[in-house]
Amino acid sequence: MTLTVSAIESASQAALQAIKGAKSLDELKAVKIEHVGDKSPISKLNQSLGTLEASERAEFGKVLGQAKAAIGAAFASQQTLLEEERDARVLLEEVVDVTLPTSNAHRGGLHPLTVIKNEVSDYFLSQGYSIAEGPELEAGWLNFDSLNIPADHPARTMQDTFFIEPIESGLVLRTHTSPVQVRTMLTQEPPIYIVSPGRTFRADELDATHSPVFSQVEGLVIDKGISMAHLKGALDDFASTMFGPEAITRLRPSFFPFTEPSAEVDVWFNNRWIEWGGCGMVNPKVLETCGIDTSVYSGFAFGMGLERTLMVRQGIKDMHDIVEGDIRFSRSFGLGL
Amino acid sequence: MRAPRSWINEYVNLPASITDDEIATALVRVGFEVEEVIAQGSDLTGPLVVGQVLSIEEVEGQKKPIRYVGLDCGEKETRYVICGAQNFAVGDLVVASLPGAVLPGGFAIAARETYGHTSNGMICSAKELGMGDDHSGIIVLPTASAKPGDDAISLLHIQDTVFDVAVNPDRGYALSIRGLAREISASLGLSFTDPADTAAKLKFSDNGTPVTAKLSEGAMVMYLRTLEEFDTRAQSPLWMRRRLEKCGMRSISLAVDITNYVMLELGQPLHAFDADKVDGYLEIRTAGKSKSLITLDGQERTLNSDDLVVADSRNVLALAGTMGGLDSEITDSTTRIALEAVRFDQISIAKNSRRHKLSTEASRRLERGVDPVLAELSSARAASLMMELGGATYVGTSSSGEVSLRPAVTLSPSYVGNRVGLEISDAVVKEKLELVGCSVEKAGENFLVTPPSWRVELLTPADLTEEVARNIGYDKIPSILPPRRASAELTASQKRRRLLAQSLVSRGYAEVSSFPFVNEDVIARMGFVGPRAASYKLANPMSEDAPYLRPHLLPGLFEAAKRNFGRGFKDFAIFEMGVIFKKSIELTPGLFPPTGTRPSEKVIQEIFDSVPTQLSFVGGVLVGHVGTASWKGKVRSYDWSDAVAEVETILGQMNLSWTVKSSDFAPWHPGRCAEFLIDGKPVAHAGEIHPRVLTDFGLPERSSAWSINLDALPATPLVTPKPIVAMPPAIQDLALVVDAHVSAASVQAALIEGAGELLESINLFDRYEAVGDGKVSLAFTLVFRAADRTLTAAEVSGFRDAAAASAAKKVGATVRA
Repeated sequence: MTLTVSAIESASQAALQAIKGAKSLDELKAVKIEHVGDKSPISKLNQSLGTLEASERAEFGKVLGQAKAAIGAAFASQQTLLEEERDARVLLEEVVDVTLPTSNAHRGGLHPLTVIKNEVSDYFLSQGYSIAEGPELEAGWLNFDSLNIPADHPARTMQDTFFIEPIESGLVLRTHTSPVQVRTMLTQEPPIYIVSPGRTFRADELDATHSPVFSQVEGLVIDKGISMAHLKGALDDFASTMFGPEAITRLRPSFFPFTEPSAEVDVWFNNRWIEWGGCGMVNPKVLETCGIDTSVYSGFAFGMGLERTLMVRQGIKDMHDIVEGDIRFSRSFGLGL
Repeated sequence: MRAPRSWINEYVNLPASITDDEIATALVRVGFEVEEVIAQGSDLTGPLVVGQVLSIEEVEGQKKPIRYVGLDCGEKETRYVICGAQNFAVGDLVVASLPGAVLPGGFAIAARETYGHTSNGMICSAKELGMGDDHSGIIVLPTASAKPGDDAISLLHIQDTVFDVAVNPDRGYALSIRGLAREISASLGLSFTDPADTAAKLKFSDNGTPVTAKLSEGAMVMYLRTLEEFDTRAQSPLWMRRRLEKCGMRSISLAVDITNYVMLELGQPLHAFDADKVDGYLEIRTAGKSKSLITLDGQERTLNSDDLVVADSRNVLALAGTMGGLDSEITDSTTRIALEAVRFDQISIAKNSRRHKLSTEASRRLERGVDPVLAELSSARAASLMMELGGATYVGTSSSGEVSLRPAVTLSPSYVGNRVGLEISDAVVKEKLELVGCSVEKAGENFLVTPPSWRVELLTPADLTEEVARNIGYDKIPSILPPRRASAELTASQKRRRLLAQSLVSRGYAEVSSFPFVNEDVIARMGFVGPRAASYKLANPMSEDAPYLRPHLLPGLFEAAKRNFGRGFKDFAIFEMGVIFKKSIELTPGLFPPTGTRPSEKVIQEIFDSVPTQLSFVGGVLVGHVGTASWKGKVRSYDWSDAVAEVETILGQMNLSWTVKSSDFAPWHPGRCAEFLIDGKPVAHAGEIHPRVLTDFGLPERSSAWSINLDALPATPLVTPKPIVAMPPAIQDLALVVDAHVSAASVQAALIEGAGELLESINLFDRYEAVGDGKVSLAFTLVFRAADRTLTAAEVSGFRDAAAASAAKKVGATVRA
């Protein structure tokens, strides 16, 4: 092939056209061999450059260089274009149905009593109360006598309390978490700020609203100058945490051996008063039994049923659901967050 | 306690403008729960009249007896009505609703044709008039208590409101109209007339020798009033019958009705003996050698020697304060009556009541404590009613014992305000205490407060504080947060349990909460023996099916698994966290030191030590497949390794180090149970559940379980991570052949020991059983890394060979060709 400008231009034109005409990366590869490779016209023209005189060589070299650069650029741009086309096509082919159910793992769930215990504990921790725990099988003196419930009290009959054989051991399944309060008062110096969520036991038949095994949270505060106003304040704040900002509490005079004065606590929820629990100022006799100086310290205590709180708040109708261990019940609570 | 408004109104002048709801609210405000406000006869309209039965014609040929009755209703003509009741005769006074009347429940009365006659009205039962539940027959009025045509609505006091009030155990005085009326008057600020004051004005003159009162024990004061010539035909007047009915009691006879009426009015239970059946005297004593008594309800009761009784010189006549005896009861022919009123010891009556499982109107009041002044006053009131209504004459009074009142309480008036959290002036403290009947004297800075005779439980400044607070109103107490600490934290063990529960839930476990009760059969089926089977037994279980406290969590978890499986769930994981009651000590008689002062430290420690250890456990059960069936492929079943992996995950998350060995611990499969040890002590078990146990609970084969003794786990050590090294790792694979009975854990331990300090991690990635000759092949990946250099090939193969040599020496491993 004779090295002429027109020959360069014609080879270059042919190459550019072929590159543009390549419809796939494979075609482009073939085009590259034909129009850019060692045996392509333009390469052959380039090889014959060496046969020219130096003056001609510079002139043709420049023309050839420009042609090769144009071909190279066209090739690169066509390659990018075709690659993008291919990628788009492949991604389209790889589409899946992301709505397929993918997790076949079992769904877990906390028991709602755990959820509510955590919730109550977190609230009181934030208020500076520690979480106190104690044994479920408890000494009779700690469950009754120390709390001013004397030996002949009706609560201490077999109809109400689970006793352990032999009866003389005096051991009972605690009927409230109050013995935890006594244990704390016997072993710690005031000021005392505790709540004791836990399992409690009474000899009631299982029905829609009662269970022989249930849970309570009780609170105890012993400090200087504690009054019923503090009790009311603590209950109002607790109630709004559990039942929402609209919740307020109402105290009604009542009787418990371990508090004096005593009160029932009602909470306003869903436009009605709900009986929530009992409370009062710790009976000075209980403080004295624990060796706390009543001329310096006073305190309040309160107690609520956690099942009842749960049933009222979450609209649970039947106690059986809480005690039976059906996985559907716990699963519905998840992590309880 | 049921209290009719009309009766309360006798002692508190309630303006008609005060509604029933306002009265109920007033009671609630001062501490009396009103369970029900019963508006009797509020939807009843007349005409309702008294009719006298003139004729009775039995209507023949009916399935049930039917009467066609002629009534004189004070009209010109005889009125005829049809009636299905049989409890009346010609001459009786009955209550007839006439056409136009509307009975409770919207039941309109009209003339109608029935049973072949025209019925011009209806003869009514108590139930039909909304007066009570009695529908056994129609109302028959006492002879001559009214005349035909009288308006029966007013005669029977039908329209009234009854408050059903729950009375707390510290307020025995309020189990009376007297007590509740006083509370209502105080709550509403109205004046109050004490019926006891009226009774105190009664005077009697003695005309003979009364039955003698003897008080040996169990009571403070006893009054015995003897009456004679009691008219055996006298009937209880309508007003008395109606009041008894409204309070939920039945009319029995005039003498008995009077004792009940006075009990309701004043709060003091009374008993009327037939004086002719009393030999010599009436004595309050313990039963001692007396063996038995037939009580009024016809039951023969075996007496406990400690029972408090009322006896004459020969026999026990009554279970004191609880129930009278059949032999000495008032009958239709009684004319001489010994009327007894006693201020019994509260605890003695409580014990009588419990021992004989007999809670009566009398015992309920007496065990709460009755105003000691009432023994005299209530017996006087009852005697005067017997004279007035029964024509009796007074014989005489005999009494024993003396009224003693509670001592005065010294009260610093500022104490009240400090405890309530409200500014309360001394004057208000005094006013409120006087309102409940206390007398208040000033003694220097303090008040000397003498509680009234009926407030037997007002003993301390705290008791008096409640009286002041409730009469000011609990709603006046401000709401102030206590002066608490800024914040507090969960203890390490609380934090650990909470995180553990959350991590189990994240791994698909549903939490259950079982009753901690089991029976011997379940314990035996678990395969628990010896100390593992021993726990504590309830003296009074809910059911004989489960009298023991659980010695382990798994029985309850298996029950829960069984229940879920039975409800159609075939694949799931559940866990429970809670305490177990494995026998830790032999029980000894309990310690009950006196209260009111702190017991000695030794006694406190002994009480604490008398309580068995209750270990905190967590356990899980894995049933069926590891997931639900999936389009992604076959889902494998749970097996022993999942349970073991769970414990490894849990202990690993707590940053604890442990060793594992094979165990034959019940209730696991004896060849598929791993025991986890920390510092040489077992802390957890995991593996496949024993096939026999699975069959027992109907669970699928290969179901697995794990259990961890949380109290046996050491605290999580402070984490001090090694510096992170950026040098490349050198990875070596090593396949060993060992006897099949050699545990993987021991092979791994031998490799670790031999590999040297630069071993970063080791992982068993293949286990191949088909080597033959009772051998298995175990293939491990060992990763080595140095902090300061890239390890050379020669160094690393040296480590590898050292590891293999160690395994050869310790467990007889050979490197697989």
